[in-house]
Amino acid sequence: MKKKMNGYLIAGLIITCILAGLAILGNFYTPYDPTAMSGAAKFQGPSPAHIFGTDNFGRDIFSRVLKGSSTTVFIASCTVLIGAVAGTAVGAVTGYFGGVVDDILMRMNDALTAFPSILLALVVISILGPGSEINVILALGIVFIPSFARLTRTAFASIRDRNYIESARLMGASSARILLIHMLPNIWSVLLPAITIGFNNAVLAEASMSFLGIGVTPPDASLGYMLSEAQGMFARAPWYAVSTGLMIIMLVFGVGLIGEGLQRLGKDAEY
Amino acid sequence: MRKQVLAGLLVLGMAVTALSGCGKKAQTTETTAAASTEATAAASAAETQAASSASETEAASSAKTGRAATNEITVGIAQDLDESLDPHLAVAAGTREVMFNVFEGLVKPDPEGNLIPAVASDVEVSEDGLEYTFTLREGVKFHDGSPVEADDVIWSIKRNADDSEGEAMIPALTSISDITSEDNKIHITLSQANNEFLSYMTLAVLPSDYDGQDTAPIGTGPFKFVSRKAQDSIVLERFEDYWGEPAKLDRVTYKIIENSEGLIMGLQSGALDIVSHLGNTQTSQLSDADFHIEQGTMNLVQALYLNNAVAPFDDVRVRQALCYAVDKQGVIDLAFDGLGVPLGSSMYPAFGKYFDASLTDYYTYDPAKAKELLTEAGYPNGFDMTITVPKNYQPHLDTAQVVVEQLKAIGVNATIQPIEWTSWVSDVYMGRQFESTVVGVDASEMTASAMLKRFESTDSNNFINYNNADYDALYAKAQSTFDDAEQTEVFKAMERNLTENAANVYIQDMADLIAVRNGLEGVQFYPLYVLDVSGLYWAD
Repeated sequence: MKKKMNGYLIAGLIITCILAGLAILGNFYTPYDPTAMSGAAKFQGPSPAHIFGTDNFGRDIFSRVLKGSSTTVFIASCTVLIGAVAGTAVGAVTGYFGGVVDDILMRMNDALTAFPSILLALVVISILGPGSEINVILALGIVFIPSFARLTRTAFASIRDRNYIESARLMGASSARILLIHMLPNIWSVLLPAITIGFNNAVLAEASMSFLGIGVTPPDASLGYMLSEAQGMFARAPWYAVSTGLMIIMLVFGVGLIGEGLQRLGKDAEY
Repeated sequence: MRKQVLAGLLVLGMAVTALSGCGKKAQTTETTAAASTEATAAASAAETQAASSASETEAASSAKTGRAATNEITVGIAQDLDESLDPHLAVAAGTREVMFNVFEGLVKPDPEGNLIPAVASDVEVSEDGLEYTFTLREGVKFHDGSPVEADDVIWSIKRNADDSEGEAMIPALTSISDITSEDNKIHITLSQANNEFLSYMTLAVLPSDYDGQDTAPIGTGPFKFVSRKAQDSIVLERFEDYWGEPAKLDRVTYKIIENSEGLIMGLQSGALDIVSHLGNTQTSQLSDADFHIEQGTMNLVQALYLNNAVAPFDDVRVRQALCYAVDKQGVIDLAFDGLGVPLGSSMYPAFGKYFDASLTDYYTYDPAKAKELLTEAGYPNGFDMTITVPKNYQPHLDTAQVVVEQLKAIGVNATIQPIEWTSWVSDVYMGRQFESTVVGVDASEMTASAMLKRFESTDSNNFINYNNADYDALYAKAQSTFDDAEQTEVFKAMERNLTENAANVYIQDMADLIAVRNGLEGVQFYPLYVLDVSGLYWAD
């Protein structure tokens, strides 16, 4: 493999590391209490004391962005974890065994994909009940399974009949061993970019759900919910929408770059 | 590859400038941009922004001339009306607010809160307060063209007084012992005098032989009902044969937009002409060039209503602790820019003589005292609670958020549960399945009972399950007291009872800001939660 500078990957990693660092920091430390209100500090523009300004309750927006990012990143990560693990499991089974199992599982998968994802998440939320982070994660996690299943199924199917798999099978390796030890490591180049794309979609999906009022509930902060709050005071505190929106864009942009970089890396590598 | 990274950063830069460059007009763009993918945001934000602001200005200018030219307006309202439009069955304040323009009673309230003759041209009351004689006004017609007859009036009153199937719709009317008519006179005899009786005669007069009130209501008001689309709109038209001064507008469309940003956008885009019940944060987004803001009071009691039947709110000390822990003025300052009148009981200032201002400061903000009371009640470390809030009402959501923050100081961990208005009505108000809720409660008539009766332990509207024997006794006493001054004192004692027992955490009567498109005049405030559109007109 030719050694080559991967600009996407590096830029993406830098941006993501900074933001992830901020998000993790937001869990432990924020300059101000993100829900503390102050009548004296309402609608202040960005200043050294409040670098992103304050909102209608005098809350420090930078603190809220930190806390909100950590909520959003946490939800997005868990969502992708659920989607990737369950989706890959489905993809592995269907891609490797084929046949009736494949038909049944993939048709169910198609049925899930037929719904717009937000609508599906809405349905799940209305069953589980709104207002809890766990439920948002579950709802989005379920929504994310089909795309992973479809993607990994193709990858598994394409290497199913490779010689080294045949050999492993002839040596009497169990299906589980073949799937986990021999096949899974060889589909990373497909899975990793998919995870980054999935993460981005999850960030945006969480943002949309909270924006619509079915995700995180006030006064908790998540980027999406903050954006919907910011919308109501755009005239008086434009810095709120701008800083929150920027945070979402940067987060998605950084992870997107990593995904792009990984994809290019994968193209160079052989499997 | 470097170039591509650069290009990527450029795209990002565009997205950022598009976002920060978005003026007030391009709000929609901003939100969709953030919620869609970064790529589309970057690619389309600039174009959409240009396109949307262009189309908006176009729409705004044409709408202005358009609706003013056809002499009609579109009113934005935050909630759909009750499922049935039958005025006798209406529950929601939002329904009464609209239907105030369609229905009238024998008498009706004027902007000062006095009762003025409507379907009746005159009323005489006997000295002992037991005999009422109404004279029907000549030439009053229903919207279907048929004249109002004494039978219709009697049927309407009897329908509200009927208690053969449980509680009567207006229980106070069960004191009617006899109604007779003679030509154009209607005699009502009461079994006991009631100072508030005349207020109940604001009940809508409906045709006795018509059974379509649920879907196509017919009344005698200045506007007649034309059509309704559930969750979308209600259309009213001027009633040409109105007995009084006819409405100035030809047509009024109520557009239901269940979120406050949507209402503001509707105003900005020219889709709406007038929206009431707005907050300062919202109205400040509107430009003076297009709108003027009228300020009154909402005429309702906004409070953190507590379900007195569930733990820990069944303990009076806990409720009192919450009252000490919530800083009303703080809520008003933080969430409402200081606009709003703090309240201490279930009565608002527009009620005049019934309002007891001394109750407002009964509980002064005192977290230490609150903590003491909680410890006494067995919750030294506070507790968890849920505040259910109808999410289409931003002011209530804002209040709830401040309350949550204030309660933290005494260790009470409150979470907000935003729900749909319809779920609020069915689960919280009807089903009483809630711990606490922030809403505003208003009066359907200008009577003290309209505010206070609901807390009588057996009342069907007692959604907070308030159960206080003294209160019930006071209410019974109020019903049998005929001296106006004496009765007023009893009502005040009831208010004091509510305050002392901390039935709810009373907060405020909110400022009512009405955004009105310039050129539209004639807004009048009532001491009730209504918007009278009959006086509105487009100035030249």
